[in-house]
Parts: sequence; C-alpha cells; structure tokens
Amino acid sequence: MKNKIVALFILILFVIGCRKIMPKSPKDDELLDGPIEGLTTQETAQFLKGDVAFNDDVFTPQNGLGPLFVATSCGSCHAGDGKGHPFTTLTRFGQIDSTGNQYLSSGAPQLQNHAIPGYQPETLPVGVGFSKILPPANTGLGFLDAVTDADILAMADPNDADGDGISGVCNWVTVPSYCQHRANYISQGGKYIARFGKKGAAYDLLQQTANAYNQDMGVNSAFEPYDTYTKLEVDPEVSNVTVHDVVFYLKTLKAPVQRNQNDADVQSGKQIFIALGCEKCHKSQLTTGTSNISALSNKTFYPYTDMLLHNMGSALDDNYTEGSAKTYEWKTPPLWGLGLAKNSQGGSYFLMHDGRASSIEAAILLHGGEAQSSNNNYQSLSENDKQNLIKFLESL
Amino acid sequence: MQYKLFTLTFLIFIHTIVAQNDSTKIKRVPIDTIKPQLNMDAVYNRPFLQYGKTPVALGGYVEANTQYAVTDGVTEGFSFQMRRMTLFVASTISKKIKFLSEIEFEDGTKEINIEFAALDIEFHPLFNFRGGVIMNPIGAFNQNHDGPKWEFVDRPISATQLLPATFSNVGFGLYGKLYKPKFVWAYELYLTNGFNDNITGNDQNKTYIPATKLDPNRFEESYNGEPLTSAKTSLRYKRLGEIGLSYMGGVYNKFEEDGLTLDKKRRADIFAIDFNTTIPKAKTVITAEWAWTFVDVPDTYTQQYGNKQQGGFIDIVQPIIKKKMFGFEKASFNAAFRVEYVDWNIGTFNETGQNISDDVFSIVPAISFRTSQQTVLRLNYRYQWQTDILGNPASKTAVIQFGISSYF
Repeated sequence: MKNKIVALFILILFVIGCRKIMPKSPKDDELLDGPIEGLTTQETAQFLKGDVAFNDDVFTPQNGLGPLFVATSCGSCHAGDGKGHPFTTLTRFGQIDSTGNQYLSSGAPQLQNHAIPGYQPETLPVGVGFSKILPPANTGLGFLDAVTDADILAMADPNDADGDGISGVCNWVTVPSYCQHRANYISQGGKYIARFGKKGAAYDLLQQTANAYNQDMGVNSAFEPYDTYTKLEVDPEVSNVTVHDVVFYLKTLKAPVQRNQNDADVQSGKQIFIALGCEKCHKSQLTTGTSNISALSNKTFYPYTDMLLHNMGSALDDNYTEGSAKTYEWKTPPLWGLGLAKNSQGGSYFLMHDGRASSIEAAILLHGGEAQSSNNNYQSLSENDKQNLIKFLESL
Repeated sequence: MQYKLFTLTFLIFIHTIVAQNDSTKIKRVPIDTIKPQLNMDAVYNRPFLQYGKTPVALGGYVEANTQYAVTDGVTEGFSFQMRRMTLFVASTISKKIKFLSEIEFEDGTKEINIEFAALDIEFHPLFNFRGGVIMNPIGAFNQNHDGPKWEFVDRPISATQLLPATFSNVGFGLYGKLYKPKFVWAYELYLTNGFNDNITGNDQNKTYIPATKLDPNRFEESYNGEPLTSAKTSLRYKRLGEIGLSYMGGVYNKFEEDGLTLDKKRRADIFAIDFNTTIPKAKTVITAEWAWTFVDVPDTYTQQYGNKQQGGFIDIVQPIIKKKMFGFEKASFNAAFRVEYVDWNIGTFNETGQNISDDVFSIVPAISFRTSQQTVLRLNYRYQWQTDILGNPASKTAVIQFGISSYF
C-alpha cells in the first residue's frame, strides 16, 4: 500500500511538473506575428487560413513554382513575418524615371535569379541600373493600409514650404484594374497615391501580394496571369481565395509592441530622436480611417513612418526607381519592430533598403539628402546620448 | 491495391482465429540466440507464431501512444495515435529458400505499405540471393525498426527525416555472412528502384530525401531508369559490438524523357555508420547511427535546398530492475536516453558567409517497462530545439508521450 501511495505521489508530481517543463510562449512584445486584437470569429478563421498559405505553402515545379523564381514560399523571405535576409534579396532593374521601365522585354522589373531544373535564371542586362531590395517586415501593414490618402497628403511638403529641409512626396502610380480604390481616395492626373514597397509604388496589399506570387515565386494568379518566363497569359496557379486570404492575413497582422518604453534611457533616446529631427519623416503616430475590418477602424498607432518619399542622397541612389519616385528617393520605412529585426535576420542586422547596414548606427550614418542634417546631428551627440538613441530604436 | 491488402490481412486473421481454436498447436518460433545477430538479421529475427507443422509463420507488432505536445507555449492538446500495425508472414519454401513479407498500416489506414516482400535463396552462407521488395540497408534503423525493440515512441528524426526510413524498393541483390569464433562479418549489396525529383521538389522547403517515398509508382517502375545502389558491410566482434558502414546512392532526377535530354544526371548519395553494443557488466545497451547525405542540387536552385546534410542519434538504455514483476516472469524496468541531431543544410550563405542553419536537436529521457522482450510500455519526454535556415531563435517543442508496443 505504501509503495502505491509513493507511486501515486510521484505520478502527481510528474503531472504538475509537466507544466513547468513545457516551453512557454514568448512574450507578445517579442514576436512579430499574431493577429491584431478584436477580430471576429470569421476574421480569425480567415487570418489562420492566410497564415497557412503564407507560412506553410511551399511551391515546387509540380504546383506552380517558376520556371523562374526568387524564392519558394512567402515565408522564405519573411521569417517570423520580420525583415528579410540578404539570401532572399530581390533585384529590380530597368527604370530610371517616371516614364516607365525600359527593360520589360528583358525580364524587368524584377530579376528572377533562380530557375527550376532545365531552365536558366535571368541575368541583368549590361549597364542597367538596379536596386537590391531586402524583404520588409509584414507587421502592422493593415494599419498602414487604412490610413487615408488625405492624411498622407497632409504630411507631404513637396516644395518644403515650412523650410525645414524635409520635403516628402507621394508616389503617384497607375493602379492595376484588379485593385479597388480606397474610400475617399485622391487622384491626380489619373494616378493614385501608392504606399507599399521600398519605393512606395504598390497601391495596396492585393497588388503587393499578387506581384509577389508572380515575380518572387513565378506563381500566376487571376490577378497577375502573365508568366515571367514565357510572357504569356497562363492558367492561375494559386486561387483567388488563397490570394485574398493572404492579403487578409497581412492586413490583420498585429503591430509590433514596443518594449521597455518606461526605461529612462529609452525615454531619453526618444527625446533625442525628436530633437535630431528624425521624427519629421519617421512620424511616431498615425491614425487609421474607416476600414471594413472594424478592428482596424479609427485606430491610433505608432509606426514611425510618414509613408512618403524622401531624397536620401547620392549614396543611396541606385539608378533605379518605380512609379513617380526619383532614383534617389525612398519611402520612409516604418521603424516599429526594428529591435526585433535580428530575430528574423539570423541574429544580425541587415538594414536600409538593401541590407547594407549591419547596425542601427551604420544605418543612421547612411542617411543623406533630406536626412543629412539629422545624420550630422547624430554624429555630434555624446556617446551616452547615442547609446540612448540606439536603445530607444531597439525598443521599437 | 488497398483492397487487396485488406483481403490479405483478413485472410491472415481468419487463419489466426482458426488456429486459436486449438491453441496447443500454435508454437512460438524460437528466436535464434546462438548465432551472433546483426542488424541485417532483424528482418527474420522476430517472434513468429507457427501453426502445427505448416511451413508458414505469422507475426506482427502494434504501436499506439498518447502524446501532449507544446511548441513555444502553443498546444493542440492531447492526441491518441495508432502509429502502426505491422503483419509478417514468413514461409520456408525449402531448407534454403525462404520468403518473408511485412505489411504495415500506418496511422490507421492512412498509409498501407509493403515494407518487405522478398524471396531469399541460399547458395552458400556467403552467397545468398534476395529479390522482391527489400529494405535498403542504409544505417541500422531502416532494417531494424520494429517498435517493440525500442524504448522510444518516436523513431529517430535522423532515420525518418534525413534518411527515409522505412525505405523499401523493388530490386535484387546479394548478401552473405561469415561466422568465426570471435566475430561475424556480413555484407549486403542490392540494386533497386530508387529516388525521384521529390527530393528537391517537396512541401518541406528543403532537400528532403524521405519525400522520395511519395512516388506511388516506385514499386511499379523506376522513376528515371537508373538503379539505386545500396551496400552495407557489418562486423560484430564478440565483446565489442557491431559496427556497420553503409551506402545508398543513385540518380534522383528525371534527366530525359522520350529520348530527349531534360537535365544532367543528378545524384543523391548517402553514407552512414552505425554501432551497437552492450556493456557486459552493467548491461547498458548503446545504439548509434550517423549519416551524411550529398545531393546534387541544381546551381540555379535556391540555397534553401542544401546539397550536404548530416544527422544521427545515440540511444542509451540501462536496465534498472530485471525480475519477476506484476506476475510477468521476465519483466524489466529500464531508463533510457536519446540525443539526436539533424542538419538539413550544411554550408554558408553566398551573400553573407554566415552559417546556414535549418537544424534540429533534441533530447529524449525515457523510462520503460517490459513485460518481456516482446512487449514494452514506455514513457518519453522530448525537448527539441528547431532552428530555421537563417539561424533565428529556435522554436522549442516539448512532448510527453506514453506508448505501448508489442509483437503478437
């Protein structure tokens, strides 16, 4: 009897112990993936479907990959929904001004640098201007999508009317016929305000997603039906439902959560960030308009971007552009999630549009053009202030 | 195909039920404990049942378990799993001709496979011919995979996700053994149907040799007309244990069709070393296997698909109590520990020079209770670190499993 009681006691201890020996969930502020709060049951179900399509669907020659491609799945480029790694960097080429791409017959705008067996990948035409583009983080995209055109336009200052050295312009683009215009959209000469991509040239997440299937994986859809190899219209290799699920997933990924925001150094760093003039482009706070996803409607959020194009100087001019952007103009990237970037980039920082900066400081020092004065201000900071600024940026 | 297998299974059971009407006629075929046994003997070295003097012996084993798994704090709750039920039929056609078949039902009837169905003809102990569906002798686990032999609910990751255990193919070959007082040496050499393009075209987003098993036609015809070569040599020295060196390789891609060239011939080659021993005094059993794979992935493909891989496991099983327990005459209580590792992509990124990860490491402490050598109840705890290709923070999984497995 005594032995049985001991055995039972050990069993109970084991069961209690089980809870202790199971891996815990990372804290919410340590992860970039996960849905926004307030989704309905149906919306959550669609989020999960999109999650599977984005992170688990792998394309092979049998189910539509290629024949030319860059990566084999969405998740290959966006590990943990964070920033990408140089091994999946995209190369775009062939456009130097707003007149359009002159190398479409040579495979532009995107170089498909891989091919399934039996095919040869594309190579860059000799002498063409090109940009390497690191895959961006996916988090909080629904909030950025729901900002009204009027709010974006209100932040623009094309002629630097306030004389602060910062202009900021919208990228005006022709919108594909499959995209629906936002409520209260603003147009100018038949062109519309785009907001996604490093040059801010994709109108919405549907265009971004359909292009990624087509240009990154060689997977054709009803939205982008032209094969990148044959240039012929072919049958869809991914269903409209799946594309919409992925778009919904991207729209409803949560915004990164700031960490250590009450830390004195972090708070000091934020003040330095503002004082240096960084916040003029990296706007800390934006507000969404009305969205058909109620959890995204009329929300204030903290992305640290103005979604506008800025002259970043000659060092970042790759002699390539998209839409109405100049070759030296880049869209202000959101800084939220910056501190978690290493967790999706294999433990190292790869920052700026092509990942050329291996630290936050290196990224700051690469700022030129309109941001040169902020760069200069940063260099004149004390070492302690620099550290506090970095701590603040790492908290985002 | 499934209908035929069901019919065969049904007939076997009818046969067994008839046999049970007179259980005195059912005999347990004694396992050969006189000759030193090698991994390659695992196919025949099973506890068969024989009815009277019929030349046919039957057997099989069953494995079931429950498990509770948590990955990074997220669980899908408890599951009960019917991992597999396997039926063996062995037949002695004459003194020197034997036939054995092994039919496996995995996850209920989700997968039904003929794992082994081969005719063995002995011309000389060193020269035996084997033909039919054979288990390719790569590593040790592929041929010696019966659930009741192991203290762990899960098969080794390196055996099933790096190597394609259990991997069988149609083919012919030779094997032989040389017995000496202090050692036994053996060899196996087979040519079979083999690999296919699934190795680099699969839903795992990595070079994944086990995906080659997904080709449903591999028992009907070769995917590319190129035979797969499997070879193994083993040496068991009386006191030291058994060491095996094995190789399996061949062309995996469809390089031509209708006489037209599609691609160059691309090979997948696997080398493995395995070892097992029992430490005499402590009766500690050590089993280990390590494998290296080399796959000719096209240069035009993404670095996601590695051309070099490696992995293996080591199991240590220590009997703690061995005596009559709960009425079981030859019961034993054992502690066991497994360490395993697989790297699906050895190399560095072209762009950064940094290490490519895509690996998994796990430890599995376990306890088991054996009512006899044929039946095991086992409690496992697995803790696993899985790292993506970039080497981002590992995903952590813990699994608690309780399972049973028994020959019948």
